[in-house]
Amino acid sequence: MFKAITKLASLRNFYFFAGKLIPWFGWPTLILLLVGLYWGLVVAPPDYQQKDSYRIIFIHVPAAWMSLFIYMVMAFSAAASLIWKTKASEVFANSCAPIGAAFTFLALATGSLWGKPMWGTWWEWDARLTSELVLLFLYLGYIALQSAIEDRRTAARATAILAIVGVVNIPIIHFSVEWWFTLHQGPTVTKMGKASMDSSMLIPLLIMAVAFKTYFFTVALMRSRNEILERESHTKWVQEERERL
Amino acid sequence: MKLIEFLSMDGYYLYVWLSFGLAIVVMLALLNNPIKRKTQLLKQLGRKKKRGKRS
Amino acid sequence: MSRSVSQSSSRAMLELFRRDLKLAGRNKSEWLNPLLFFIFAAILFPLGIGPDSAILTQIAPGIIWVVALLAALLSLDSMFRSDYEDGSLEQVVLTPHPFSLLILTKISVHWLLTGVPLILLSPLLATFFHLDSGATFILMKTLLLGTPVLSLVGAIGSALTVGLRRGSMLLSLLVLPLYVPVLIFGANAVAASSAGLDIGGHLMIIASLLVLSITLAPLAAAAALRISIG
Repeated sequence: MFKAITKLASLRNFYFFAGKLIPWFGWPTLILLLVGLYWGLVVAPPDYQQKDSYRIIFIHVPAAWMSLFIYMVMAFSAAASLIWKTKASEVFANSCAPIGAAFTFLALATGSLWGKPMWGTWWEWDARLTSELVLLFLYLGYIALQSAIEDRRTAARATAILAIVGVVNIPIIHFSVEWWFTLHQGPTVTKMGKASMDSSMLIPLLIMAVAFKTYFFTVALMRSRNEILERESHTKWVQEERERL
Repeated sequence: MKLIEFLSMDGYYLYVWLSFGLAIVVMLALLNNPIKRKTQLLKQLGRKKKRGKRS
Repeated sequence: MSRSVSQSSSRAMLELFRRDLKLAGRNKSEWLNPLLFFIFAAILFPLGIGPDSAILTQIAPGIIWVVALLAALLSLDSMFRSDYEDGSLEQVVLTPHPFSLLILTKISVHWLLTGVPLILLSPLLATFFHLDSGATFILMKTLLLGTPVLSLVGAIGSALTVGLRRGSMLLSLLVLPLYVPVLIFGANAVAASSAGLDIGGHLMIIASLLVLSITLAPLAAAAALRISIG
């Protein structure tokens, strides 16, 4: 088992392994997205209070979940690359960051678009939005550090440390923002409260959540393969691959 | 359900469709980026090889 | 992986401590400038907002804490840079002493030069903002517990960017999200105490952040420095 992992860790093997995996994530993504969107937009009934504007949660909540999930995956991959010195996890961690940042941005934008009809303002400093905003800067810092260091190997190792430090801080930040919010708002008012959800709304939400996850792996694997091609451009197998395509 | 009713989303059409539209645009862009990059890379590698052969 | 602190290691730490302090004495501007910034930046707020005493008192803890944060950020770049550039950092890595402990030593010098003066200057700022003595005392307590965290966490960012030519903006971007918890608990503890709430729990939380960062930050900074040195 250990041998299998170390074998996989070679960039060449990971390239081909990822290539095989991509359709297994890609097609389910398409199907789940179509089903989820249809269910969320058409089938699910309008909310009693928010009417149809609540449908935004089918993007907002999964996007927020993804922003955290991707950071965890990124940090885990980074840790693996530092502990076991595997190049593949290094490359994979780098591929995660832009996708994570995009989902964080999406969570913020849709949160804002959901908030306007609900509270009347384009922005509210509620706990979740504030946490997401800080998370966005964690991602941007990672991406900035990655592009600032020229040597790819050094960049990957430095950003790995940053990712691990970040992942330790995320629960602390989340906790402190929650505390800050209830301190200034009172514990009874939760602006983006997840009121108990009817199953007719929960199911499309979960479908979208899974769809986003498979989408993430699809794109992350694609990005990883590109980075591998770049890194190993001088090798024979990459030349052969290029000729094949 | 009539199409107009569906599209208007009970008056919230701006917010709902902007949200979903933004999501689709972002996800398509994120998906397209590595696809374009790959063709770019392969072209670059081809040029490198040609240059290598000539030298 | 970690070696026990032998006699010679503690001596090495003490020597490093003395040496860094001596160097700081020669480069006073490195740590004096952030302090001057601290005072002046705080002064900007009444100028921008207005002299209304009630408003100033209310925003005082938040502003003083934010300005302390920014002043700490300003001073971070110089934590490892000069040692990195003249090669002495590499020499420290090569010694048999535990690298993270030596890093901890450097961080404590940094805190001594930037954090402690901040704490001592805070009553001055509190006066500018009409903060009463009770609240000022609480403010100083939060700064006492919190500024070491700023130095410790900041060291990680400093270590990651030390090799970069224009690293200081990037450094700020990296470190600011990590500063959010200390800021929230530090500033809001003062506000809470002014509202009459008991803040034992708040101080406890800042103290736990301090303990967490003393244990983990030197390790992360050491790892980052090793990578930067290459």
